Amino acid sequence: MTNHWIDLRNADAILAIGCNPAENHPISMKWIEAAMDQGGKLIAVDPRFTRTASKADHYAQIRPGTDIAFLGGMINFALQNNMIHEEYVREYTNASFIVNEKYDFNEGIFCSFDDQEKTYDPKAWAYAVDGAGNPKRDKSLKDPRCVYQLLKKHYSRYTVDMVCNITGTKKDDYIAVAKAFCSTGRADKAGTILYAMGITQSTHGTQNVRATAMLQMLLGNIGVAGGGVNALRGESNVQGSSDYGLLFHLLPGYLKSPEFDNVDLKAYLEKWTPKTKDAKSANWWGNTPKYTVSLLKAWYGDNATKENGFCYDYLPKRSGNYSFTKLMEKMGKGELQGLVCMGQNPAVGGPDSLKTREALGKLDWLVTVDLWETETSIFWKRPGVNPKDIKTEVFMLPAASSVEKEGSISNSGRWAQWRYKAAEPCGDAKSDLWIIDQFHKRVKKAYEKGGAFPEPITKLSWNYGHGEEPEVHIVAKEINGYFTKDMTIVDKDKTLEFKAGDQVPMFKYLQDDGSTVSGCWIYCGSYTKDGNQMARRDLADPTGLGMYPKWSWCWPVNRRIIYNRASVNPDGVPFNPKRVVIAWDALEKKWKGDVPDGPWPPMNDAKEGKYPFIMVPEGHGRLYALDMKDGPFPEHYEPIESPAKNLLSKTQTNPAVKVPANVSSDAAKFPYVGTTYRMTEHWQAGAMTRSLPWLVELVPTMFVEISQTLARAKGISNGDMVKVTSERGSIEAKALVTSRLKPFNVQGKEIEQVGLPWHFGYAGMATGDSGNVLTPSVGCANTSIPEFKAFLCNIEKGGKRA
Amino acid sequence: MAVSRREFLQGGAAAAALILSGKKAEAGGADGTQLRTKGLKSSTTICPFCAVGCGLVVHTKNGKIVNIEGDTQHPINQGALCSKGSALFQVANNERRLQKVMYRAPGSDKFEEKSWDWALDRIAQKMKEARDKSFKAKEINKKDNKEYVVNRTEGMAFLGGAGLDNEECYLWSKFARSMGVANLEHQARI
Repeated sequence: MTNHWIDLRNADAILAIGCNPAENHPISMKWIEAAMDQGGKLIAVDPRFTRTASKADHYAQIRPGTDIAFLGGMINFALQNNMIHEEYVREYTNASFIVNEKYDFNEGIFCSFDDQEKTYDPKAWAYAVDGAGNPKRDKSLKDPRCVYQLLKKHYSRYTVDMVCNITGTKKDDYIAVAKAFCSTGRADKAGTILYAMGITQSTHGTQNVRATAMLQMLLGNIGVAGGGVNALRGESNVQGSSDYGLLFHLLPGYLKSPEFDNVDLKAYLEKWTPKTKDAKSANWWGNTPKYTVSLLKAWYGDNATKENGFCYDYLPKRSGNYSFTKLMEKMGKGELQGLVCMGQNPAVGGPDSLKTREALGKLDWLVTVDLWETETSIFWKRPGVNPKDIKTEVFMLPAASSVEKEGSISNSGRWAQWRYKAAEPCGDAKSDLWIIDQFHKRVKKAYEKGGAFPEPITKLSWNYGHGEEPEVHIVAKEINGYFTKDMTIVDKDKTLEFKAGDQVPMFKYLQDDGSTVSGCWIYCGSYTKDGNQMARRDLADPTGLGMYPKWSWCWPVNRRIIYNRASVNPDGVPFNPKRVVIAWDALEKKWKGDVPDGPWPPMNDAKEGKYPFIMVPEGHGRLYALDMKDGPFPEHYEPIESPAKNLLSKTQTNPAVKVPANVSSDAAKFPYVGTTYRMTEHWQAGAMTRSLPWLVELVPTMFVEISQTLARAKGISNGDMVKVTSERGSIEAKALVTSRLKPFNVQGKEIEQVGLPWHFGYAGMATGDSGNVLTPSVGCANTSIPEFKAFLCNIEKGGKRA
Repeated sequence: MAVSRREFLQGGAAAAALILSGKKAEAGGADGTQLRTKGLKSSTTICPFCAVGCGLVVHTKNGKIVNIEGDTQHPINQGALCSKGSALFQVANNERRLQKVMYRAPGSDKFEEKSWDWALDRIAQKMKEARDKSFKAKEINKKDNKEYVVNRTEGMAFLGGAGLDNEECYLWSKFARSMGVANLEHQARI
């Protein structure tokens, strides 16, 4: 989230697209309803008439996987009807930047596409530069090659009629939504966009997200109270596990994990440290060397020296894509000997799950660390297999629950909140911290006697006290970071003295010479000389906007709304005087309100002013992207499995996505659009809820949701057993016939949809077939997140499993 | 039994009178005149389900969790919880929770109980074997035909983390990379 949960109350319009907060983030409705009490409008855009839709002022039905058409049409609507926030667009986005002559777009394909490799060369999309090497600009926005004009041209194809033909939305509903949300493109209004997996689980998921961000920038809604692009994250600490780099392409703090050709620290830093020649650009990632070296110092301590590149060689280097679905493919080929699952349940949670379950049997060994038996930990005795045939050795380790250990978790609004241990773990269960500590200590002991390249393990800095359990506060302090020697730092008019071992107060004091340690730079400031900031419980609300700056701590530097320098005009005057996030006090020469996005004076200050979008080297929000794998503008393509032809171009699906073998758009075999979803009473792969009697009583079994028209056509009644089949497999479940689902009118044809919760499996107290047996293993061009939300299937009454 | 607002208020007044009178109160039952959580140890926590980050209060008696409810002081949820958050008590008290280290031998049709020590030593040995066997110090890149140092363990993957604490995620990240594991993924990718 750019903003945070309570801030939803400050919105004049709330667009929930690809998410269902009333169902999946129920408490967020407290703040959405608070906004509605003040006259704010709730808009729900979803394939189903969800619990959120039932509360909304406007509802628009959308065919799964057509979000770019929907949002692209809203971009066009805002541009055509002069509803954009012009000053914001001109000053703070790259609308005025001139694009080089090579840029072109034709029939769904951008320039520089390699049809063999299915890849683009994004260098061809670069800005045109002037003699000094800075991007050329035309602040009148009239140059035909400026981003604004290219954007306008690109989305002029997304007319209301065209969009509604693609998305199946009723035209009146679409116009009502576009009007209601685009009306926030004024300085005194704020609109927020909420999204979740309906946006990301798509072969063009990253471009879906970009489309929301672009609309928000055009409307001047980023950085303001009640605005932003807000991902409603589904697991209590999926924010934290992303922050700490538990992804193949990342190190903690969103530093890139090294690639094979980043041959040494110098080459790595050269590759990943962006540069700018524009003195007005803060280019925050220019600090990459400081954060990288501080991380290496946290990992290799005194062994990490300037002379040895701070042990950079010890880090593994990637050569390709090791995303979840690729790992499952690798496992299926028998190329993995071992797998460790820390509270993850791939036998239910991943796409094409029959394949995954089979692939688990190719492992030599499997370790699961969980509170429960999961479908993954008992895959060897799942229905239909003979355990004798499965040679995998399985270790099922009992983990402590969240109330049986101490530590922090980070919510969607980036608030890191501290939890306390209330009781001892159940039985012999142990905290994950203890288990990881034991893994390291025992592996290290083995490597002390020799093995393949033992140094990265034997030289690892791992000092978390002498107790049975690692001391969580020492870990938290290392994450924040400390000085390794006495330091004097001059910061403008202040001279600061630090002793070796002192906590670093904030990341601007981190160094690239080994004098500081920080395990995750974005958390620098979370545990300082003033103690554990994440444990704070002070309810002061000085701005009156619900930011609660002394409740817990949020990254970065406790800034509650990021990009907040875009909430003021270039002179530092808030766009909206009624909801002041930050304001420049010209007398005291400082910002007041939220922690500003950097201490510099307003942008118009000739000497020190900076642009507000500090995380990109050009300092301006990108309406036109330079580094996406599938084009600078989001373009509509159909899902890989689709009942429709792409009406906008001859390119049917995302050209940068390779289509796998086991998909099918054969409408005769699979005439219906399948889509998966979540519900309040269960959670993710189900282990944490399907064994709780209270929740099992509420939703005891797997079901398949269909419309009344499809039920009639198929002779299915509520509660009948049905069989749903896709190219990947088939499942059985009870039919739930509702008026929440309606068919779509797609290019003159009525297309029905089938809705499936994905929480069920064969382990636990309440069992049922898994929705993900049906879903395709094909992912987003940029993130590889699978297309769970839009696939083709068939449904029949009764029947046996195929 | 249903308690009307009037009766509840009377009960509250009676409890207050009891405190003033210095008499020792009995532990309150469902029909009691005082909060059942009185006298219990309490600590705060954050909900482990979705990422709204609602606050809860955990009550314990003699080291056992006897009640969990919404934290009324928490600015996000102000005491309210959804059905999952309200059921956190059943995560803490549940006969289906794993209590022992369990091991399933190759081809076996059952789990058997093992000690932590045995299992952890064997896992460490398995991890070392997988790493030693599949460790790739260098590789030739197909595109430029040059040799690069990659120091990567090919044959082992680590999954998960979205349910772990930050400090656990950090150590998991540190441990994984020290092991040369590039096959590191968690729930954000699906």
